[in-house]
Amino acid sequence: MKTDSAGVLAGVHYLDGDYACGEGAMAAGCRFVAGYPITPSTEVVERISQRFPMMSGTFIQMEDELASMAAVVGASWTGTKSMTVTSGPGFSLMMENIGLAAMMETPCVVVNVQRGGPSTGLPTMVGQGDMMQARWGSHGDYELISMCPQSPQEAFDLTIDAFNLSERYRVPVMFMMDECVGHMTEKVVIPPAEEIDVVPRTLTDKPPGEFMPYKLNGGKVPEFARAGDGYKFHSTGLTHDERGYPDMSVECQEVNVRHLIDKIRLNVDDIIRVEFEQVDDAEVVVVAYGITARVARMGIDMARSKGVKVGFMRLVVVWPFPERHIAELAGSIGAFVVPEINYGQISLEVERCAGGKCATVHVPHGGGGVHDPKAICDAIVGAAR
Amino acid sequence: MSTQKVPVQDAMEEHPIAPFLRMDRIPHIWCPTCGIGTVVKCYATALEGSALDLDKCAIVSGIGCTGRVAGYMKLDAFHSTHGRAIPFATGLKLGRPELHVTVFSGDGDLSGIGGNHFIHAARRNMDLLVVLVNNFIYAMTGGQNAPTTPLGARSSTMPFGNFENPFNLPHLAATCGATYVARWTSLHIRRLTKSFSEALHKKGFRFIEIVTPCATLYSRLNKLGSGLDLMRFYHDNAEIRHGADTRDLDIDFQDRIICGKFIDEDRPTFLEMKDKHYTEVLGDKYAPMPPEGGWIHE
Repeated sequence: MKTDSAGVLAGVHYLDGDYACGEGAMAAGCRFVAGYPITPSTEVVERISQRFPMMSGTFIQMEDELASMAAVVGASWTGTKSMTVTSGPGFSLMMENIGLAAMMETPCVVVNVQRGGPSTGLPTMVGQGDMMQARWGSHGDYELISMCPQSPQEAFDLTIDAFNLSERYRVPVMFMMDECVGHMTEKVVIPPAEEIDVVPRTLTDKPPGEFMPYKLNGGKVPEFARAGDGYKFHSTGLTHDERGYPDMSVECQEVNVRHLIDKIRLNVDDIIRVEFEQVDDAEVVVVAYGITARVARMGIDMARSKGVKVGFMRLVVVWPFPERHIAELAGSIGAFVVPEINYGQISLEVERCAGGKCATVHVPHGGGGVHDPKAICDAIVGAAR
Repeated sequence: MSTQKVPVQDAMEEHPIAPFLRMDRIPHIWCPTCGIGTVVKCYATALEGSALDLDKCAIVSGIGCTGRVAGYMKLDAFHSTHGRAIPFATGLKLGRPELHVTVFSGDGDLSGIGGNHFIHAARRNMDLLVVLVNNFIYAMTGGQNAPTTPLGARSSTMPFGNFENPFNLPHLAATCGATYVARWTSLHIRRLTKSFSEALHKKGFRFIEIVTPCATLYSRLNKLGSGLDLMRFYHDNAEIRHGADTRDLDIDFQDRIICGKFIDEDRPTFLEMKDKHYTEVLGDKYAPMPPEGGWIHE
């Protein structure tokens, strides 16, 4: 369906990534945001708190990030699209309730404008060190979705996609921005509401007596009932059966966890989004995401001018990981080069999926700035040799 | 009483609060002589007598023995994470303002790991009924020290007796801005039920503490006898003092327990403050969230 026009600031704007993300959320129909201030993400909720009162939205600044994430899960159970926004330290605090959202199968979006870490790290400067945390940060086994925008325009566009994916798969979607994209100001085109497709919360049409909140639905997500419609359902973070009742058996755990995994893994082709540039004749392929994707293009151009046949693969959706795409490329190239602002996270995934069929060269950066394109070029040239 | 013989099947009577429970989950997991079931009975009785639309009533628990209450109540019910029942409930309330949301959890959950949310929800006057069952101990995990364990009482992590000052919870709630504050024991069935009835019909942050026996851990570790002995202790030592100064409500080890209704006042809730403020400041431009919530649908 098309979105509610109340949240759409159609037109051509000059916005930073944080504001664009906030606009994307409002355009997607998000009407509840709970957050706690943290640099460099705060502008997202500042934008939202400026505009929400005019579109029936509620922003609440909670007492911490644990509360913010818990409130988002609660609000989503009313059917209201919900989001929270944070950066590294706050992301760490949200982990337990991100797991609750995964276990309760609650659609929501968690924005992390990544900064340098660990700990308080570099509050105002860039990092990409939370990529594994986005995937594995909450305890136990589950799957979720992570996306990485490379520009303010994508911060807008992909935030809408993040909401749509969260609704379709009933998972928390980690919107993994970085400080550079968050604070970079560029042209952002916001289309009119009638051009914005959103996935609404689909409610069950079963009557209360027949509805079961976690009944497996032929590989699809279970049907949803929202609080306040008379269903009197139960939802828990405990391992649960299809009635939503706790069941501490090995068998139920297997069914429960397997479902959380399968609903993503069996749909990776629908979820995964990658972009390829010049890979047809490539001997080396650079894999990058977020701000590093833009820096990598400069390194690629430099290497191409030196005669190296280098292609580019940009990860738009990072989790679930594009295992098949990497494996297929690995058979026809000599090496992957993976620059990222950390000391080896996604590069290890690339190496795993390449399965020894080609080399994987990591180009690390500790954070606080982006790569020198020359370092990426040097890695490409070295890998091609 | 009629002495007429009726067929056994016709004589089967449902427990009066069965319609409020998920009977397919009974028997519950609580120990014999635990006080939580009594509190649930009082709450359900109050719900039954209330004018509230049960379809619009939601309940949220955290983790622990009392954290299981949401799982037994036949309402829209959420068993959330440890300490986070209040912020989860805050999201429910703000996401669909017409809901009547009750938080039902234990002393460790609400005043220990969740203490920060407790004080802030009270400060905001979030429209929640918060029911705190206080058994003086972390019972589900085996009897560890709680922020409510009285000075000198033993717990599994204070085996030589507790030397930390416990919270005076009614005072904490009152000073943070709660609109309704009461304390009872699970012996005070009639008074507790009345308190629930009053609180269910009020707005804002309403807080009821119920002191309950934990015969399995607290009582055993402190050689206080059975749950029945503790009920007798409440009978002999609970003192009803409505309107008491909340500063005087500390609970010492095996000492008197001051019960009653201490606060009952009206103050604008978070949502009322929000609506009033934005209407004043933004006028016609302000669009409040509709009672049904901010969901978009076809």
